[in-house]
Amino acid sequence: MTAAGLREPAAAKGLLILVAVAYVALMLLLPLGAVLYEALRKGWEMWWAAVSEPDARSSIRLTLIVAAIAVPLNTIFGVAAAWAISKFRFPGKTALIALIELPFSVSPVVSGLVFVLMFGAQGWFGPWLEQHDIHVIFALPGLVLATVFVTFPFVARQLIPLMTAQGSSDEEAALTLGASGWQTFWRVTVPNIRFGLLYGVLLCNARAMGEFGAVSVVSGHIRGETNTMPLQVEALYNDYDFVAAFAVASLLALLALVTLALKSAIEWRYSDELAAIH
Amino acid sequence: MPGAGRGRRTSPLPGLGLSLGITILWLSFIVLIPLSAVFVKSLSEGGHTFWAAAASPRALAAYRLSFGAAALGAAINCVFGLLVAWVLVRYSFPGRRLLGALIDLPFALPTAVAGIALTALYADTGIIGRILEPAGFPVAYKPAGVVVALTFIGLPFVVRTVEPVLAEVSSEVEEAALTLGATRLQTFSRVILPSIAPALATGFALAFARGAGEYGSVIFIAGNVPFKSEIAPLLIITQLEEYNYAGAAAIACVMLMISFAVLFLLNLLQHWQHRRAA
Repeated sequence: MTAAGLREPAAAKGLLILVAVAYVALMLLLPLGAVLYEALRKGWEMWWAAVSEPDARSSIRLTLIVAAIAVPLNTIFGVAAAWAISKFRFPGKTALIALIELPFSVSPVVSGLVFVLMFGAQGWFGPWLEQHDIHVIFALPGLVLATVFVTFPFVARQLIPLMTAQGSSDEEAALTLGASGWQTFWRVTVPNIRFGLLYGVLLCNARAMGEFGAVSVVSGHIRGETNTMPLQVEALYNDYDFVAAFAVASLLALLALVTLALKSAIEWRYSDELAAIH
Repeated sequence: MPGAGRGRRTSPLPGLGLSLGITILWLSFIVLIPLSAVFVKSLSEGGHTFWAAAASPRALAAYRLSFGAAALGAAINCVFGLLVAWVLVRYSFPGRRLLGALIDLPFALPTAVAGIALTALYADTGIIGRILEPAGFPVAYKPAGVVVALTFIGLPFVVRTVEPVLAEVSSEVEEAALTLGATRLQTFSRVILPSIAPALATGFALAFARGAGEYGSVIFIAGNVPFKSEIAPLLIITQLEEYNYAGAAAIACVMLMISFAVLFLLNLLQHWQHRRAA
């Protein structure tokens, strides 16, 4: 009985679709369009001049460096955490999962603050670091630490449900057939989880490159030195150099669009393998 | 879950020590020890200083704005997020996949980019601000701007939480309701809404928690005037810039406690949701 009564009248359906599309267009699409419009308002030459200017280039380089350190670290952690949680039974597992997800509910500003309290001039290790001339806050290590904190749960959170649902029978079979532990991991587990892993790394990277609040606290905002791309956007915006601010922002918007496209491609093509995540 | 519930001793897989070791070490160094610094530092100058900073009139006004705007934004998203999820799950229409992919834009778009884009739209020269401002409803540089930014940030939390649950509401119960003479609207409010209520509440809590700590998308569009349009994360940064570490830590402490309370509530909600699904 898929009677007509189970569906809304065509007019109601059309209206609901229209409102949903209009809301998404107004709330999400319009801001995205605004970034691209403002960035290209004065033409491609101005856009190119803004993104190829030395401070902008240095901010792009810094953003890539920070992500290149933070993302692999959290990937290794994520795989290790998912392996321990999905393949074994031990007390306190639920609490461990909750602790791994903790950074999601911490304000980005607090995520940066914690490292200032530890490594800043008045922090726990501040005097010691100063004596040994090691710079953490207002330098690259601080930016990396804050980024690692903020992106901490991304990979683990995708892999834990996926690997739990997959169970360990494939791995057990490989071990029975004489494979070593590492062989089993690389040849059985990694191929099984590759799309979930890719998905987690993708989201982790997007957040790592786009993080603003946490790195803002630890950066010191030195142009050409400790400004990542989002911080450079803020600096240019506060100088009323709107075209340049939106030009750098448009690169980040592009990153977001590429991330969304890849994410959707993974979801559509490998929905079965990822079913456990959603 | 087959294979997931094996005992530790009977699991033939290697690597528990290594993977759990990495997990706990990384979790401690990146998350637990740094977070404990906030609590220790906030109390380092005594309870009196803590309360003077954490409960100052300026801090109270900032909490009210951050948490109030986050609650309002999350409530708006519950209405429109449910509508969008409904349209995505129940109807097929051209562009549905694109609409579905776009929902995650706030996850992928760096917050600073969202912030300057929303400001460009809602300022008195922007295409939305040009309409709203003469109509006596200014948004940019007002508390309303904070709500707009948090509504932007929170939409995917509600849609993504409600979507899978809505897809699983069995058509049998809807058919039963229809057979018993319920109208479509009655079926929605008496049958469908109760079964998705836990998911909707979870989405609200997630959007609320994220919004309360949000910084990047808000500071550009908020006026940042103390007592009026200054959010709590910004006040932390202001305290930090005045080298008032204990004050910054005290406000961070209050925000953390509230996030933890929300997190605890979320776990209860998920428990409720699972029991309902079972």
